[in-house]
Amino acid sequence: MRIAIIDESAVRASVMQEGLAQLGDCEIFVITERRGLVRRISEIDADIVLMDLGNPSRDVLEEYFAVSRVLARPIAMFVDDSDEESIGASIDAGVSAYVVDGFAPHRIRSILDLAIRRFHAFSRLQTELSVAQSKLAERESVDKAKRILMQTRGLGEPEAYAELRKTAMNQGKRIAEIADAVVTAHKLIGGAA
Amino acid sequence: MTTKFSIGFLPLVDAALPILAHVHGFAADEGLRLELVKDVSWATVLDRLLYGHTDAAHMVAPLAIATTLGRGRPAQPLSAPFVLGLNGNAITLKSDLAQQVAPEGALGDPVAVGAALREIAMERKAAGHPLCFGVVHRYSSHNYMLRYWLAGCGIRPDEDVEITTVPPPFCADALEAGDVDGICVGEPWNSVAVERGAGTIVLATAQVWRRGVEKVLAMRESVMESRREEVEALIRALHRAARQFVDPEALLTNAAILARPEYLNADVNLILRALGDRLLLHKGGELIHFPDFMFQYREAANFPWVSQAQWLYSQMLRWDRTPYDPQDEVKVARVFRPDVYRSALTGTDAPLPGASSKVEGSLHQPMVVGTQQGLITLEKNAFFDGRIFDPHDLAGYLAQDSYAK
Repeated sequence: MRIAIIDESAVRASVMQEGLAQLGDCEIFVITERRGLVRRISEIDADIVLMDLGNPSRDVLEEYFAVSRVLARPIAMFVDDSDEESIGASIDAGVSAYVVDGFAPHRIRSILDLAIRRFHAFSRLQTELSVAQSKLAERESVDKAKRILMQTRGLGEPEAYAELRKTAMNQGKRIAEIADAVVTAHKLIGGAA
Repeated sequence: MTTKFSIGFLPLVDAALPILAHVHGFAADEGLRLELVKDVSWATVLDRLLYGHTDAAHMVAPLAIATTLGRGRPAQPLSAPFVLGLNGNAITLKSDLAQQVAPEGALGDPVAVGAALREIAMERKAAGHPLCFGVVHRYSSHNYMLRYWLAGCGIRPDEDVEITTVPPPFCADALEAGDVDGICVGEPWNSVAVERGAGTIVLATAQVWRRGVEKVLAMRESVMESRREEVEALIRALHRAARQFVDPEALLTNAAILARPEYLNADVNLILRALGDRLLLHKGGELIHFPDFMFQYREAANFPWVSQAQWLYSQMLRWDRTPYDPQDEVKVARVFRPDVYRSALTGTDAPLPGASSKVEGSLHQPMVVGTQQGLITLEKNAFFDGRIFDPHDLAGYLAQDSYAK
C-alpha cells in the first residue's frame, strides 16, 4: 500500500516515516515542499494521505480531493464517519488522514493508530528538546555571569557562584535570572560579554 | 460564575468581533470566558468544531452550509445565529494584468473591468495558458463572489479560466511566483500582496454584491440547543463588540489588539486600513477611501437573513453543478437562525427585523423596513449586474443561469 506523508517539518515527517516503515508492506512518500503539492500527490496516487493539522495547505488538498472525486479512485475525508473515536484521537494528536474509498477499515485503523503514536512521540521529543535547550542557555548565562564577577571583583569560581546564589535567594528569583541581569548590566556599562 | 466557551478562528481581520468581545471584556460581562483557538486552515477550524475541540467557530458562511449538506465531510447540521460581517474582501491582480483592465489609482467599474478582462482571458485560453485565480476555499464567499462576477461578465469559471484554492498567507507568494494571475481574499492579505509589490487591488467584493454575507459564527446545532443560554449571551457580547468596532475613537486600539501575535500577528497599519475602509491599491500609490468595504454593524448587519443562506446555496448548486433539491433547501434555510438572534437581543436597543428573509439585490436606493423597535433604513444591497434574488423562487433564479454559459 502507498502512504503519503505531507509535513512542512522534515524532522516530524521522518519520525512518521520511520514509524510507518515498521508495517512492512508499505511504500512511503514524504512531501515537505509546499509548491507543487497537488501535482506530487496526484503522481504518488496514494491509498492514504497523512497531513498535520497545522498545515495551511489542508484546504488545497481537500479541494483537490473534492475535484478528483469524479476520478476512478475517490478519496474519503478522514477515515470513515462511523469511526468517531479514531478521528477524535487523530485530531487530539494533530494529524489528519485521507483514505481512498473502500480501503480495508482494519488496516486504516492500525496505520492511523501508529501515526497518532508517532505524532505524540514527536511532540514529546520537541518538549524535551526545548527544555534541554533552555537549560543549556541558562548554564551559559550563569557561566558568563561567574566570569564577569571573577574578573571585576577578583572572586574565585565557587565564591562567584555563591554570590549569584545568595542574591537569587534574597530576591526570590532563579539563579539564571540573576545571571542574565549581571550579563545585561555588564554589557550596558561597556564590558565584553 | 463564568463558563468557558471556545471559538476557533483564522487570523483574518474579520475575526475581529470574537477577539474584541474577549479583550474588551464584553464576553466576561455576559458571564463567559472566551478561549480563542487559532488555526491556519478552514479544514482544521471545521474539524475542531465537529469533534468538539471548540464550541463555535469564525467560519466562511458557505462552509457552514456545505457541512450541513454533507459536502466534503459527513453531514452534520451547523447553525449560524450571528453574522460576523459582510464583505471585506477584494480582488487583486498581478500588476501588469491590472494595468490592462483597471483604471490607475482607483477601483474599477466591475462591468468595465470584467469586459477588459474577458478579452485577455480569451486570448490566454486560446494560447493554452488560461488565466488562473486563487480563492481561499472551495466553499467560501470569495469563491462565489469571484465566480458570480466572472460569469456575469461572460467569463466562464472552470472553462475559460481556472480557479484554485490558495491559503490566504500564501496569496502574495502565489501572485509573485506567477502561480496565479489574481486572488480573491480577505484583509490583510490583499494589502500584504500590494506592499510586496506582487499585485494591484482592482475591485472590492462589495462592488459585486453591496451587502454580501461573509463570515458567520458557526456551531453544531446540538451545541446551540444544549447551551442556548450561553449562546445568547455570546451573541449579546458579539453585538456589543460590533458596535464598538465601528466607533472611530476605538479604531487604533482595536487595530493594535488584532495585530497582537496571538491573534493576527500582522502589521498594525495594514489592519488599521481595513478597519477604516481604506485601501492602498498599488505600491507607492495613495490610500483611497471605500465606504463600507467591511460592513460589521449598521443596518442590522449581524442579523442572519435566511435569504443570504439561500443565495449561497444557489451558488453552491451552480458551481458544484448539482441539481436543486427541495429537501436540501429546507436544511440550508435552517442553518441561519434569525430566531436565536432575536431571542438573544430582545430587550436591547439592537434593531430586530420582523422578517427573516428579504429579496436580495432589490434595493437600488435606501429603503425603510420595520423592526420590532421601529424602523431602520437599509441602503443599497444591489448585485453589480442588477439581478434580483427572490428566496421564494430559488429554482427560478437558478434557471436563469445556463450552467454551460
